[in-house]
Amino acid sequence: MSIDKILAEKRSKIIKKWRNAIIKSYPEDGQGFLKREKSQFANPVGLTISTEIETLYDEIIKGENTEKISSCLDSIIRIRAVQDFKPSRAVAFVLQLKQIIRDELGSGHSDKMRILDNRIDEIALLAFDVYSACRQKISEIRVKEVKNQVGKLLERANLISEIPEQRPAL
Amino acid sequence: MNFVLSILFSSFAVIVVVLIPWIGVGAFDLRILFGIIIPYAAMLTFFVGIVVRVIDWSRSPVPFRIPTTAGQEWSFPWIKSNPIDNPKGTGGVVIRMIFEVLTFRSLFRNTRLEYRRVDGVPKIDYEWEKWLWVAALVFHYSFLVIFLRHFRFFTEPVPGFVTLLQNLDGFMQMGAAPFNGFGLPGVYLTDMLLMAAVTWLLLRRILYSQIRYVSLPADYFPLLLIIALGFSGMLMRYLFRVDVTAVKELAIGLFKFSPVSPEGIGVIFYIHLFILCVLIAYFPFSKLMHLAGIFLSPTRNLSNNSRFVRHVNPWNYPVQTHTYDEYEDEFRDKMIEAGLPVEKEAESTVETEEKE
Amino acid sequence: MADTPKPAEIAKIDHYPSPFEKGWMNKQVEIKPGVYCYASKPKNLEYVGMPYPREWNPADEDWKLPENWKEIIEEGFKDRLDKYRSFKLFMDICVRCGACADKCHFFIGSGDPKNMPVQRAELLRSVYRKNHTIGGKILGPFAGARELTEDVLKEWWYYLYQCTECRRCSVFCPYGIDTAEITIIGRELTNLLGLNIDWIAAPVANCYRTGNHLGIQPHAYKDMMDFFTDEIEDITGIRMEQDFNRKGAEILFITPSGDVFADPGTFTCMGYMMLFHYLKEQGLDITWSTYASEGGNFGFFTSHEMAKRLNAKMYAEAKRLGVKWILGGECGHMWRVLNQYMDTFNGPPDSLEEPVSPITGTKFENAKTTKMVHLVEFTADLMKHNKLKLDPSRNDHLKVTFHDSCNTARGMGFLEEPRYVIKNVCNNFYEMPPETIRELTFCCGSGSGLNAGENMELRMRGGLPRANAVKHVHEKHGVNMLSCICAIDRAVLTSLMEYWVPEVEVTGVHEMVANALVFDGEKKRTTDLRGEPLPGMEDEEDV
Repeated sequence: MSIDKILAEKRSKIIKKWRNAIIKSYPEDGQGFLKREKSQFANPVGLTISTEIETLYDEIIKGENTEKISSCLDSIIRIRAVQDFKPSRAVAFVLQLKQIIRDELGSGHSDKMRILDNRIDEIALLAFDVYSACRQKISEIRVKEVKNQVGKLLERANLISEIPEQRPAL
Repeated sequence: MNFVLSILFSSFAVIVVVLIPWIGVGAFDLRILFGIIIPYAAMLTFFVGIVVRVIDWSRSPVPFRIPTTAGQEWSFPWIKSNPIDNPKGTGGVVIRMIFEVLTFRSLFRNTRLEYRRVDGVPKIDYEWEKWLWVAALVFHYSFLVIFLRHFRFFTEPVPGFVTLLQNLDGFMQMGAAPFNGFGLPGVYLTDMLLMAAVTWLLLRRILYSQIRYVSLPADYFPLLLIIALGFSGMLMRYLFRVDVTAVKELAIGLFKFSPVSPEGIGVIFYIHLFILCVLIAYFPFSKLMHLAGIFLSPTRNLSNNSRFVRHVNPWNYPVQTHTYDEYEDEFRDKMIEAGLPVEKEAESTVETEEKE
Repeated sequence: MADTPKPAEIAKIDHYPSPFEKGWMNKQVEIKPGVYCYASKPKNLEYVGMPYPREWNPADEDWKLPENWKEIIEEGFKDRLDKYRSFKLFMDICVRCGACADKCHFFIGSGDPKNMPVQRAELLRSVYRKNHTIGGKILGPFAGARELTEDVLKEWWYYLYQCTECRRCSVFCPYGIDTAEITIIGRELTNLLGLNIDWIAAPVANCYRTGNHLGIQPHAYKDMMDFFTDEIEDITGIRMEQDFNRKGAEILFITPSGDVFADPGTFTCMGYMMLFHYLKEQGLDITWSTYASEGGNFGFFTSHEMAKRLNAKMYAEAKRLGVKWILGGECGHMWRVLNQYMDTFNGPPDSLEEPVSPITGTKFENAKTTKMVHLVEFTADLMKHNKLKLDPSRNDHLKVTFHDSCNTARGMGFLEEPRYVIKNVCNNFYEMPPETIRELTFCCGSGSGLNAGENMELRMRGGLPRANAVKHVHEKHGVNMLSCICAIDRAVLTSLMEYWVPEVEVTGVHEMVANALVFDGEKKRTTDLRGEPLPGMEDEEDV
């Protein structure tokens, strides 16, 4: 059987495994919630992961539409970038796919698998870009907020008087 | 506490509760202790305990009016307000409380919109996320009916409503109840419902990771106790029949304050009774006090009227504030320069006395 | 690079804890950057006389607690049990049914089980059981009780400042247990040891001294308003001067000072100014105050006492100026305090009268004793009586949705008035899904003083459920404007949108009102208050 056929056949199984692997990166006692809830509004994190990796998987197999891949990565990583993950942990889920596919394929297919490996490596790099962009955004927002708090005032500088270090005698 | 330990601990406690009367009556025939003294002690603990707890709660005042408003407030006549979820006065509060107490309205809110993909097209759907509400409702009402049904043991003559309830509850015995025709009495619907609901309430604590995380032995213990209570009751009814006349003699004696200890009641009855005694004696010291607490809950039993009726805080005390004079003293020159009106002119600053 | 995990480690993230592990009580809290806010600076605590001012850092091992810290907390705990029935009851009656568990935006966004409302409260309850219940004293952990230790205190602090007091959980609780109430009192306890965050402590000190959260002095405040007057003149051709600290005015206007200094609140502030000028001819006699120039009350995030001390300025200033009643601007927690606390805290001076709209003659009977009216209800009444000439087509470039602020929704029930006003001034209004609005509204994730910069990750994930609902209407209806009636919302939703749904901007309701308001003798408007071209005017914009 060709590798493409296997990957298509085992699609839902691989995706399910992948989803579970991602959810396992969350605190143990919240995992049930992330898996169970199917509502877009009550559980945005769980639902985003479930739906986006489906598209992501299909695009990885096809390996054509980088833009679509980026957008899927963005949806997932944008969330993980503000959760308690180290950078490596935040994007590791892309690489996890390799092992999951390999487990499903069994032995053989090494040539095809190498192509797929390379593709996933590239996507991992892409994921790194996306992660950096999200973190960059966070920093930008921080700076912007600081500026904006006194936004109009900065234009008319020198008007703020902070509480002095010593309490003034009343 | 880890949940495995919690369950083990609670199960152990319940097993001990079952063993005590088993040995006490079965081996040592302590019928007076288990049939009279302990039930009286338990009832006393129950009533005194609840009263003490409620008095203790009410000793703490309600300094602020903090209802959770779950609907439109009363404002203009042309805006439709929600007098139940955002009550303006006592009437609304009473209705809100009735709904809360009798129908568990807040739990019922647990609805959730779901988006499903049907053939790739997103479709709005409502997920029926009300199992907790259903289980809670079934559990509490079954318990109530079973409690009322038991009146036939304490009263002579048996009140009409008890017989009626009993007939309604037992309607299944007319039809296709599985035990029919085996010489067994009819199955009560509420027995089944209670056991089903309480099992579900226990299972969800074990199966759902979040709830497992927060559950304490104090959560498993009453559930297991109630399961044991129901199970012993059902055993008594369906398997090890006891002498109902003797039980009734004992029960009526207890309620008439002329206790007797008739012969010939099986141990299983004393086990059932002792579990009940433990449950009601445990009641005032446990989370089961939510029965009384709900009536005192300030987010539910207050009306949202603090903008048009003054609510008084009994311990309100004066606080230090930053007065306008202090403020003007600090900024007077700048205020004058900016053309802002001031109380005192600039030159008088020197003479300004210290306030406070 | 010792920290770099090997690839194999990266892939192996899951861990199965042993079934006999000791549960949550024995897991020590980890104070994580991006989540916690910086510690209060000593000068800000000193200025308002809060105890134990000192330099300390939450990330440090040593929090420099006073020697007898445990006594202080236990004493304070007991004191509050005796003072608040809510607190006592909520410590006792929770059955841990879990109905609230997945209703908290911080739990939804982080998956951290200690962010479940029930668990947040259990952090305090466990100590309560140890000290105040027989079972807890005898059975210890088997009764869910634990000793108060420094680690427990740190855990309290970490999670109490991860709750925005939004009350969403209390809507679902069958006993009405309100985590906000527990957080409020829990924070009071941390404040007994000087453990506040500076994002709350500094605004408190500033509000106390200057009347606004940034420490803007009166002349600068006035200067800002003059600046807005110029801007408005540029857009409308009319000079709309405002009055300050004017004695004898009929109405005193108080709004959160964020409206005066931070975009996009500034546009809302310009909206207020334009509305007041518009009504001047019809008999509106109103003044602003530089002394009581902060409607918001960060004291409410510190302690009940601090809330009262800051709130007192409003009635004091109303009395000094001799006004008849007070009008309050668009703000969330300000209105929670005004609705549920103000009258009880400070009680209005006798000189105030029951509010009556000078334009329509409507008696605001729902503000009979506080004597304080919400500007949005004031405006809704004007619209109902056709007192405003409006051209909603000026807002046709906007597709608007409305975010109910937690405090006005669940601490007041102020749901219809803002919608009525919005529908009068814009033609394109779309609601977000029903489980995310009104009493079920999702918090912005930055309320109750958590709108600092250093905890941006916390804010972004806490705001995810809200942003997610906005994204939905953005994709479905093309919504590009998120309106709200809260100053903190205006500031923080802007950041939230920038991260999650960058195509959506944020506005106050009165900015849209002012855009639609048609003045006699105004010049033809080509731009809105933000200086962006109005629909159909794109070509006419000069320069």
